[in-house]
Amino acid sequence: MAKKEDSVKLLGFWASPFSRRVEMALKLKGVPYEYLEEELPKKTPLLLELNPVHKKVPVLVHNDKILSESHVILEYIDQTWSNNPILPQDPYEKAMARFWAKFVDEQILPAGFMSLVKAEKGIEVAIEETRELIMFLEKEVTGKDFFGGKTLGFLDIVAGSMISFCLARAWECMGIDMISEEKFPGLNRWIEKLNEVEIVRECIPPKEKHIERMNKIIERTMSS
Amino acid sequence: MNQEEQVQLLGLWGSPFSKRVEMVLKLKGISYEYIEEDVYVKKSHLLLNYNPIHKKVPVLVHQGRSIAESLVIVEYIEDTWKTNYPMLPHDPYERSMARFWAKYVDDKVMLTLWKACWGPESVREKMVEEACEGLKYLEEELGDKQFFGGETIGFVDIAADFIAYWFGIAQEASGVMIMTAEAFPRLQRWSRNFVGNNIIKEVLPPKEKLMALFKAQFGNNAA
Repeated sequence: MAKKEDSVKLLGFWASPFSRRVEMALKLKGVPYEYLEEELPKKTPLLLELNPVHKKVPVLVHNDKILSESHVILEYIDQTWSNNPILPQDPYEKAMARFWAKFVDEQILPAGFMSLVKAEKGIEVAIEETRELIMFLEKEVTGKDFFGGKTLGFLDIVAGSMISFCLARAWECMGIDMISEEKFPGLNRWIEKLNEVEIVRECIPPKEKHIERMNKIIERTMSS
Repeated sequence: MNQEEQVQLLGLWGSPFSKRVEMVLKLKGISYEYIEEDVYVKKSHLLLNYNPIHKKVPVLVHQGRSIAESLVIVEYIEDTWKTNYPMLPHDPYERSMARFWAKYVDDKVMLTLWKACWGPESVREKMVEEACEGLKYLEEELGDKQFFGGETIGFVDIAADFIAYWFGIAQEASGVMIMTAEAFPRLQRWSRNFVGNNIIKEVLPPKEKLMALFKAQFGNNAA
């Protein structure tokens, strides 16, 4: 169990959805932490020392324990600080949360990325493919405030950081109306609900700065 | 066993992902009905109904509900049948580290091992290098333990089933030798322990059948 004298540090990057989601979890549970910004793409000696395997953020340091990989960190936070649970108690609901979180990062993210960088010819197909994947999530959230039910849960944190506050901004840059109100009323409502949560608002990259960065990345990727 | 308790597993005889789930069910002594899905030939209505998202095996069906993705299934089994043969440590940090290494095997190592054996010549050298790097981290993580899980088979061992068994066969079939005893003595020792376990060995697909499958699908690239 966590104690008052606990030291929690988070190595993160302001624009990384992986890093932001860990912040959401810590804030949700009221865990005080020290935030250390990595100025990517430069990697500090600290990052390389703490995460030699992947050399990536986020990295959580809880006393002398070092953790990386955002899903792994989220589960650790949930088990260590038991207030405001992120994962459901029921094994099946828990499995579903894990399944869909994996789906967001492993399916929606790459497809979403493709929908931004495909050349003129392939772009419509890529957009449609991404929409098909997102439709699975629409079905999961329909009739609920959040994926987690009445309150934020694991999937809200993962999908929120990745889709609403990362990919959605990139789509906006490119003028793509990916998650239209017409086709995705559930998700649109969910995004509104997310924006109403103070903790979530505190953990989102600032919009203008984020879009500027997105534009630069898209430009670079297209020209390479 | 009544209808509510019935466990079904949709699987594929040669798949390390499918076998992960079977291994855990057997280690925990959970009875189940096995349904073979020859996904490369035809995907049954059952599979498409239970896993419409990925249309892949393994899929576990329990109490009328289906779960897909092998490691998600293993965690579900762990959460549901709490008494027998724990796969994950109790301590949150140790548990997280087990998840970390299982993810590492799944996301990074498996694909590089496969590409090192069967990838195009042009990238072969790079793939072998990456494969070795991945295996080195695992070799170090294993240390002097009998299994990644310590004295008994655990989550990471199950996740790394491909490395313990399938990889050896793939290397033999392709002629590309990577996980040698000289370079990876601990992983070699671990592979023997894992494959030699009484329960695990009953679950593993026959070597000749896998060898024939690999050679047929990917050709013989003997050096």
